[in-house]
Amino acid sequence: MAKQLAKGNEAAVKAAVAAGCRAFYGYPITPASEIADAAAVYFPAAGGVFLQAESEVAAINMVYGAAATGVRVMSASSGPGISLMQEGFSYLAGAELPCVVVDVMRGGPGLGNILPEQGDYHQVVKGGGHGNYRTLVLAPDSVQEMADFTALAFDLADEYRNPVVVLADGSIGQMMEPVQFPAPRPVRAAPPWAVTGERATRHNLITSIHLEAEDLEGHLRSLEAKYRRAEQREVRAESWRIEDAEIILVGYGIVGRILKAVVGQGRHHGLALGLLRPITLYPFPKARLRALAARAQAFVVVELSNGQMVEDVRLAVEGRRPVEFLGRMGGSLPSAEEVLAFVEEEVFSHA
Amino acid sequence: MPEYAPVHAKPHCFYERYERKAELQHQTHYCPGCGHGIVHKLLAQAIDGLGIQDRTILVSPVGCSVFAYYYFDVGNIQVAHGRAPAVATAVKRSRPESIVISYQGDGDLAAIGSAEILHAANRGELITVIFVNNAIYGMTGGQMAPTTLLGMKTTTSPQGRTAAGEGFPIHVCELLASLEAPAFIERVALGNNQQIMRAARVLRRALENQVKGAGFSFVEVLAQCPTVWGMQPVEAQKFVREKMTGTFALGNFRDRRG
Repeated sequence: MAKQLAKGNEAAVKAAVAAGCRAFYGYPITPASEIADAAAVYFPAAGGVFLQAESEVAAINMVYGAAATGVRVMSASSGPGISLMQEGFSYLAGAELPCVVVDVMRGGPGLGNILPEQGDYHQVVKGGGHGNYRTLVLAPDSVQEMADFTALAFDLADEYRNPVVVLADGSIGQMMEPVQFPAPRPVRAAPPWAVTGERATRHNLITSIHLEAEDLEGHLRSLEAKYRRAEQREVRAESWRIEDAEIILVGYGIVGRILKAVVGQGRHHGLALGLLRPITLYPFPKARLRALAARAQAFVVVELSNGQMVEDVRLAVEGRRPVEFLGRMGGSLPSAEEVLAFVEEEVFSHA
Repeated sequence: MPEYAPVHAKPHCFYERYERKAELQHQTHYCPGCGHGIVHKLLAQAIDGLGIQDRTILVSPVGCSVFAYYYFDVGNIQVAHGRAPAVATAVKRSRPESIVISYQGDGDLAAIGSAEILHAANRGELITVIFVNNAIYGMTGGQMAPTTLLGMKTTTSPQGRTAAGEGFPIHVCELLASLEAPAFIERVALGNNQQIMRAARVLRRALENQVKGAGFSFVEVLAQCPTVWGMQPVEAQKFVREKMTGTFALGNFRDRRG
């Protein structure tokens, strides 16, 4: 199929349908609303379910219900709505139900604004709901990746029986780019644990309750084993001109694209810059960063936030190298020149 | 084997032993005299009577009936506090052939889940909702419910509920009856055998509506909570009959056949 020009938000929906998802429950919020708009068209057209819920709380619980019956299901929202969904994420993870949620981040806290930010890193990557659980998180840097990672998210959700979040931001959601959509896949059969309303699955139970201490601890240890398995197998990151780099720039999503320009300009000025762009924010590319810390001089983390992912970078680097942080907030994106000036001032002037 | 057939056996769609319980697997976790046991039995008899055990998916709430899945040999999904109608909505839409029951108490449905029930009803979801109203939070130890009667003392209304301080008890049937979509809304009670027989017929009817595709069906059951009310079971049943029905009028509020 030829490439199509698509908005990031629309691309997520088309890719979900192609991945065999036939159920969407959501609530409108800027800058994610086009996902619901597109889902209202493409899901029914594919014979699936679309429903606008009364709230994000209801939407994520509808996701829980659909996932319990063994169908691929998704939702989408932005910061304030994701906050309301956190209870649901906890139940989904506890009951081991697969689903995909796209978070098109906006400015916060509170209502903030509707411009691009990356301030949801903590609530999404660390798990904003209660209890011992994780969500797998994929961060696209383009409309193409919005499509690819949404499709990938369904496979990861099934593999790990866990919610997977595609963590985009307002710029990725709103921009238009040419996209090669994945080939449509058939709707997969219901997994054996699902409650389908048929005799064969009558004895199945979906629950997050484990009353006895040993039972709950056993359940949590099995969740932990699952997360360790994901940490072994699912870490993804993009390296860019990193082989001989002395300074490693680290940024995800739209920031990664700005940092590629910074690397190019820096090298033009004779600075040996390279980029590591985490793609999976959980599991985080800790080992990659630790290996880079053995030879690079310093790290510069750039985020559209007050400094959230930088904590994970510092944990990975374990104090072996300086980790500097440049954050922009409120919807402002840093220019390549601004980042380059920061690198020259904070890193090379101290070297 | 005895040569006689039992005339009063446990409903077929109850598990023979409640193996999901940690102990005392021959009995429920409900207190002696609790209304949930009666509602469970009536619901199980209705499922048996309609021959829908294999198709049925029961959504268990949070509250005393959180463990409804211990007992019903049907597909079971346990959910977050108040969200059962949202979960049931998606279950039914993804599995239209299934018979979906949302079983909820008064705190679950009328307080924290008030948005979910209102909108599921307003959409006319093809589900059956059973609302057990005993005017109290039982599982957490006797706090005020949205349906607690005026004057009733609870741990969080120790001087008795007042309209000025805590508001009036919510009449859920009347509220839902203001919506156009619901097909069936009725309030029944467990105050005596006559009322229980009526409740049996109404619960069966609310399930039958779903089998026939009639639409959203809602049954509120006024039920006793002897333990937390601090009454003997007989006294508690009398309270349902004489006090609760005074605040919550029994009767049918909607009956639109499919």
